[in-house]
Amino acid sequence: MFRLSETPVAPAALARELAHTSAGACVTFEGWVRDRNDGRAVLRLGYQAYAPLANNEGQRIVAEAREKFAILDARCVHRVGTLEIGELAVWVGVSAAHRGAAFDACRYVIDEVKKRVPIWKNEHYADGESGWLHPDNTPVSAGDRLV
Amino acid sequence: MNYRVLYFASLRDRAGMDAEQVNSLAVDARALYSELCARHGFTMSEDRLRVAINGEFAAWEQHLHDGDEVVFIPPVSGG
Repeated sequence: MFRLSETPVAPAALARELAHTSAGACVTFEGWVRDRNDGRAVLRLGYQAYAPLANNEGQRIVAEAREKFAILDARCVHRVGTLEIGELAVWVGVSAAHRGAAFDACRYVIDEVKKRVPIWKNEHYADGESGWLHPDNTPVSAGDRLV
Repeated sequence: MNYRVLYFASLRDRAGMDAEQVNSLAVDARALYSELCARHGFTMSEDRLRVAINGEFAAWEQHLHDGDEVVFIPPVSGG
């Protein structure tokens, strides 16, 4: 399951959805909004998504994780809209019989989501500027960006 | 042909809009993007973008049909 959420997500409730009588391990990852990037103070983030494609691509990634690793369930929720410092931006959870597959699948899902899902992060800086980021967290070049 | 073009991230800022109806003779996404670059002053080169047609990733050369929804996908930065 992959979905976008315009409202805050509750990690404990999401983790419970992974419950399975055969599960001996549950690994979750939370991506949080931090107050600095690339040496600049960040006030908040804005996430945009192309929802139909983001959902399709996100579902594909979760399905791939279930094929590649011996897991029981995998779920991912990504926030969109404006997020404040400390808010949860993305959540991934995996349940499996054993921890190895759960760790590997969790890592796979978050890495692929960051690479492939059409979601964009706009950082609002303390100096009043804002900028869209690339996958490696470097800013889009000045020529491409409205300052 | 009429296409529905959606804009995201830096392309949305540059175009100054979320979406528009484009009447164009372009037969594929490559020709359409080149036309939109001229119209909106996009500077992002094609090799940094991906194309989506009707909600799925597609090739730049894929033939467009009247009414298609076309999106040029800047480098993503979720997470």
